[in-house]
Amino acid sequence: MKDFLHAFCRHKGGVAGVIVIIAVAGLALAANWIFPHDPWEIVNAPFMPPMTDDTLLGTDTLGRDIGAGIAYGARLTLLLAAVSTAVSILFGVSVGAISGFYGGRVDQAVVGFIELFQTIPSFFLAVVLVAILTPSMTTVIFAIAVVSWPPLARLVRAEFMSLKNREFVQAAMLAGQSNARIILTQILPNSLSPVIVSGSLMVASAILLESALSFLGLGDPNAMTWGYIIGASRSVLRDAWWMSVFPGVAILLTVLSLNLIGEALNDALNPKLARKRTT
Amino acid sequence: MKKIGKFLASRLFKSVLVLLMIALFNFFLVRAAPGDPAEILAGQSGAVDAEFIAKLRTEFGLDRPMIVQLGQYLKNVATFDLGYSYRQQAPVTSLIAEHLPATLLLTITAFIFAVAAGVSLGTQAALRVGKWGDTVITTFSMLAYATPLFWVGLMLVLLFSVKLEWLPAFGYQTVGAQFTGLAHVMDVARHLLLPALTLGMFYMAVYARLTRASILEVSQLDFVKTARAKGLSERTVITRHVLRNALLPVITYAGIQAGGLIGGSLLVETVFAWPGIGRLAFDALLQRDYSVLLGVFFIASLIVVIVNLVTDILYTVVDPRIELK
Repeated sequence: MKDFLHAFCRHKGGVAGVIVIIAVAGLALAANWIFPHDPWEIVNAPFMPPMTDDTLLGTDTLGRDIGAGIAYGARLTLLLAAVSTAVSILFGVSVGAISGFYGGRVDQAVVGFIELFQTIPSFFLAVVLVAILTPSMTTVIFAIAVVSWPPLARLVRAEFMSLKNREFVQAAMLAGQSNARIILTQILPNSLSPVIVSGSLMVASAILLESALSFLGLGDPNAMTWGYIIGASRSVLRDAWWMSVFPGVAILLTVLSLNLIGEALNDALNPKLARKRTT
Repeated sequence: MKKIGKFLASRLFKSVLVLLMIALFNFFLVRAAPGDPAEILAGQSGAVDAEFIAKLRTEFGLDRPMIVQLGQYLKNVATFDLGYSYRQQAPVTSLIAEHLPATLLLTITAFIFAVAAGVSLGTQAALRVGKWGDTVITTFSMLAYATPLFWVGLMLVLLFSVKLEWLPAFGYQTVGAQFTGLAHVMDVARHLLLPALTLGMFYMAVYARLTRASILEVSQLDFVKTARAKGLSERTVITRHVLRNALLPVITYAGIQAGGLIGGSLLVETVFAWPGIGRLAFDALLQRDYSVLLGVFFIASLIVVIVNLVTDILYTVVDPRIELK
C-alpha cells in the first residue's frame, strides 16, 4: 500500500486529478449549504452576467442561478456516472470472467457479442435506447452501461485466460475448490488492477456520454445535470455565453482529472509498463 | 488467391450477421417499449391519424403473430424499405439518401483532418520526447481528449462566429445566396470548417497519443538500432524506418473510429444545423418520429460495417505479415 501511494504520488497529474475530484465531490456534497435554494428556483433577473448582484456565475433565461445549477449538477452528474459505471463493471467483469474461465462455446458467443458492440456506432445506440424507452434516470444509466461494458469484458477475459493456467489456480483446482470459489477468491483478486484503472476511465467517459445525452434533451427531464444546462444554453449562445462556458469547464476539469487519475493508477499498478513508457 | 476468397467470404458473412443483429435489435426495441408499436413508429404527430395507424398495422403485420411480423420486417429491411415518415411525408430511405452526402462530406473531412494533424503532432512530440514541445503537444491532446464534442463546437462558434465574426455559425451554405462554381465551393468550405474541426478534434488527440506511443515503441526495436548504427540521420530513421511500422496501429484504429465519427456527427450536426443524417436523427428525436431514428441508426451501422470491411482488407494489403483467417 505504501509502495502504491509512493508510486501514485510520483505522477503529478494524478495527484492534481485527485485534488480536483475531491473538490468537485465536496461541491456536490455541500450544494445544499452553498446554495440553500433549489437549482430550478428563480433567484434573480434573467440573463444576469457573472459577478453581478451576488450571482457569481450569472443567471439563465429564467433567472435561475448557474452556480447552483453547477453545484447540484455535480451531484447528479457524478451519481449517474458512478452508478452506470458500477453496473457496467458488474456486468463486464462477470461476462469476461465466465468467458475467460470456461472458454469454448460460451467464450465464442461472448467474443462475437463484444465484437458486435464494438462495430456498431455506440453513441447512436445509446441515443436510440434512451429515446425509445423514454428518458429517465434509469434508462440513461441502462444505456450508458450497455455501451460501456464490452471493452472491460474483453480485458477481464484476457486476464482470466492467462491466469487460469498459473500454478496457484491449478493448485486450487487440485485441492478440490469449486469453480465459483476459484473465480471469486483466486483469479478475480489477481485481475483487479486493470479493472481499477479502467474504472476511473469509464467514469470519465460515462460523464461525457451522459452530458451528450442530456445536451440532446435525452436526460431525465427533472435532472439538472451539466449537459442539460449546456443544452438549454444553445439557443441563447449569443446573449449568454456564461450559460454554456461554466458547465463545460466543469465537465472538462472533471473528465481530465479522472483520465489523469487513470494514468497514475496505471503507472502505479503496472510498474513494468510505466518504465517502458517513459524510456 | 483461394485464401483471399475465403477471407473475404468470412468477413462478408460477419458483416451481414452484424446488420441482422441490428435489424433484430430495432425490431425488438420497438416492441419492448411501453405502448403500441404502430403508435411508436408513427410518432406523436401520426397518432392522430387513425387511417395511417391502420395502414402501418397491415404493412408491418402488427395484427399477426410475432414471427410473421419479424419475417415481414426483415424482408422490408433487406430491400431497404425502412418505413415511412408520417411527419415528413416521405419514405425513410429517401430522406436518408437526401441527407447522407452532407454527413459523408463532414465525416470524411473531419477524418482527414484528424489523421493528418494527429499523426504530425504525435510525430513531433515523439521527436522531442521529454522536452518542452512534447509537453505542449501532450497537454493539448489530453485536454482535447477530455472535452465534450458538442461543447467544443459551441466554444468555436462563440469565438469565431460571435466574437470575431470570421465564420458562419450554422448551416451548409449561405441562405439566399445563389453562388455557382468556385464561389459555391468556397461558401460550403467556410461553413464546413468549424463543424469538421469540432468533430476531428477528439480523434486528432487520439491519433497524436497513439502515434507518439507507437513511434516510441518501434524506436526501441533492433532494426531501428541498426539504421542508427549505419549513421543515418535521425529524421531519416524516423520517417523511413520508424513511421512506416508505427503507423500500422493507426490504420487499425481508423476502422474502430468510423462508428465514433458517425455518432459524433449526431452532436456536431445538431450544434451547427448541418443538414446531414445526424441532424435528421435529432429532428426525428424531437418529433418522436421513431421510424426515421431507427432507420438512421440502421444506415449508420451499415456504413460503419462497410468501413470496417474495407479497413480489414486494406490492413492485409499494407501488412503482408497478417495471417488471413
